[in-house]
Amino acid sequence: MSEISQIKSETLKIAQKYLPERRFLLAILQDIQRHYNYLPAEAMKTVAQYLNVPLVKVCGMATFYKAFSLTPKGKYIIKVCDGTACHIKGSLNLLSEIETILGIEPGETTADGLFSLETVACIGACGLAPVAVINDEYHGNLTPASLRQILQQYQGGIEDAK
Amino acid sequence: MQNKKTIFVCCGTGCQASGSMKIYQTMQKIISKLDLDVEVVADIKKTGCHGLCQKGPLVHITPQEITYIHVKTTDVQEIIERSIIKDEVIDRLLYFDKQQNAKIQSKNDWSFEKKQFRIALRHCGCIANDSIDDYIAKGGYQALEKVLKTMTPQEVIDEIRKSSLRGRGGGGFLTGLKWSFAAKAQGDIKYVICNGDEGDPGAFMDRSIMEGDPHTVLEGMAICGYAIGANRAFLYIRDEYGLAVENMKKAIADAHARGVMGQNIFGSGFAFDAEVVRGGGAFVCGEETSLIHSIEGSTGEPTSKPPFPANQGLWGKPTIINNVETWANVPVIISKGADWFASIGSEKSKGTKVFALVGKINNTGLVEVPMGIKLREIIFDIGGGIEKKRKFKAVQTGGPSGGCIPESKLDLPIDYDSLIAEGSMMGSGGMIVIDDRTCMVEFARYYLKFLSEESCGKCVPCREGIKSMLKILNDICEGKGQEGDIELLEEIGSMVKANSLCGLGKTAPNPVLSNIKNFRDEFEAHIKDKRCPAGVCKNLTKLYIDQEACIGCGLCAKSCPTAAISGEKKQPHVLDEAKCINCNSCRERCAVDAIRVH
Repeated sequence: MSEISQIKSETLKIAQKYLPERRFLLAILQDIQRHYNYLPAEAMKTVAQYLNVPLVKVCGMATFYKAFSLTPKGKYIIKVCDGTACHIKGSLNLLSEIETILGIEPGETTADGLFSLETVACIGACGLAPVAVINDEYHGNLTPASLRQILQQYQGGIEDAK
Repeated sequence: MQNKKTIFVCCGTGCQASGSMKIYQTMQKIISKLDLDVEVVADIKKTGCHGLCQKGPLVHITPQEITYIHVKTTDVQEIIERSIIKDEVIDRLLYFDKQQNAKIQSKNDWSFEKKQFRIALRHCGCIANDSIDDYIAKGGYQALEKVLKTMTPQEVIDEIRKSSLRGRGGGGFLTGLKWSFAAKAQGDIKYVICNGDEGDPGAFMDRSIMEGDPHTVLEGMAICGYAIGANRAFLYIRDEYGLAVENMKKAIADAHARGVMGQNIFGSGFAFDAEVVRGGGAFVCGEETSLIHSIEGSTGEPTSKPPFPANQGLWGKPTIINNVETWANVPVIISKGADWFASIGSEKSKGTKVFALVGKINNTGLVEVPMGIKLREIIFDIGGGIEKKRKFKAVQTGGPSGGCIPESKLDLPIDYDSLIAEGSMMGSGGMIVIDDRTCMVEFARYYLKFLSEESCGKCVPCREGIKSMLKILNDICEGKGQEGDIELLEEIGSMVKANSLCGLGKTAPNPVLSNIKNFRDEFEAHIKDKRCPAGVCKNLTKLYIDQEACIGCGLCAKSCPTAAISGEKKQPHVLDEAKCINCNSCRERCAVDAIRVH
């Protein structure tokens, strides 16, 4: 099966968990994003057909909501919390440290596909500010130096650096 | 059966981030090996936030009422042996209360708890949060039963109106009045919506309620459904709030299984059903018309009001939208009566408000206080004062829609109207404490940057106005500020406020305007003296080490990422300005405050 037809059939399988009603467009796209870590163009076309919604509307949703990405993300997604508490406790210093080490800004992915960098507005762990989450693993009370060590562990290929 | 004890491991997001899941797993493993008659409620999915997130993971044991803080997996064996099998208290794991200057056994006696009054958070931390049995054991769904069996819809609305409950999402509109509009609106199909799209950075009240006590939200919504004649409900919850989505879905399924949701509830003939919609991650979707469009499967762009959702909302039908915390108050008002509720709080703001108390404060966490309490009491009595004994500068409320309250207003009673009079607002309940090391210009820039990304772009004043203001603020922070910038910010700000379509734009300039009003000297220092007094804006900061104050401990040199600090042990150190990148790492580490800003 070619890659395109594979995406088509996988997407259809995801979409068919929902009735073909417009109100489920957001939920279907969220499930696709979760499955692929981004929204492939072919998947968006398939969803548009399934719901009988113009493709432009699907693209509109994909670019409007923060949850969606049109390009594949890295193996490790670093989410630096830039909620207010983290911000005043130095989250910008963490971001500039990551830029120094990995050469990426928020929204970008390293060339080797290992890391993506994002900022999030409050993950509710304000007691540990500043916080970063790397693939669901929380790292609290960070300093640029401690973050550097943590990133080195991930770079070293340790799956579950703790 | 003599030794039946319950261990509550806090598994709110804050404690989970500190590793409470591992505590729970270790606890289960050890207990399963012992032949004990101990009921463990300490399931990772089971107990919601206890409040004091900073001291997490928190473990509470009943009936002895022992609360342990900062529990590590290595402590678990000892806790089981000494506090579960025996009745001993492990002194080392108790909370040291600075205000009382003593170690305190139970969280109920912490100074942090003393001035709190819990209505919306009444069950958080006290019940297993995925158990409908626990909720019912605490009197849950009795309010719904009372309403269905003994009250008419009009009586329900009258009761809520009499309580003077106001919307906890920020606007503060009278809940009962809103319900009466929807009740009067024509149409056989009506909807109830829970706004759980808590997008305000620095706020996590709604998340904690949905995680810790999902049934109270459902019960409140069902009561409203009966009052206005709606049979269907939607809960719009941020997708990032995985645990809240999960717990809420389970609560809906459990409620169906128990017959407190579905057809013919309590034999009354009333039917009610709810479903969860996961939000797409757009701040503007907290605005009610945007949220409605998002549920309909469109982009979350606002539309102008009127028509208000109470008349024409979801799919054009009369719709009531309330925030999570508002819903959590409804069953209590019905159970205890409007008069009881209205006896709490200030003249125009009744009841309590939950705040996420965060920032440069000793006790970070979730607090619920009666309306009308003074800011000073929240920050110094409950919050335990400013971190590292630094100087209090301001407190920010209302998130990106609010503003800062300066030190001179510390005795302000907190309610909807007093905050608006100060140029801030209640908002959903973020309360960010700021010390003298926070730059008020950069802080305003932070909110504007957030809003510029979150503005949906539909109306020009918001989209372009915020962008222009952000550019000016960026320039000021980078040292490129010019004479007249402050006045220009004020002018654009008032234009954006007056002409934007929805609440996002109408309030967006508030953080800037309020900071200019209260901290104009800081803006002027940036523009005229090219200096950032707080030492935050990198281009405008030069650090040095005070040779008198430095004790030569070397902590600063160790923390410096560019090796800009040197010196002999026990001798005053020096900082090489050419190498310094103004990251402030050394300043944070220094215990004697010897790193200063020029």
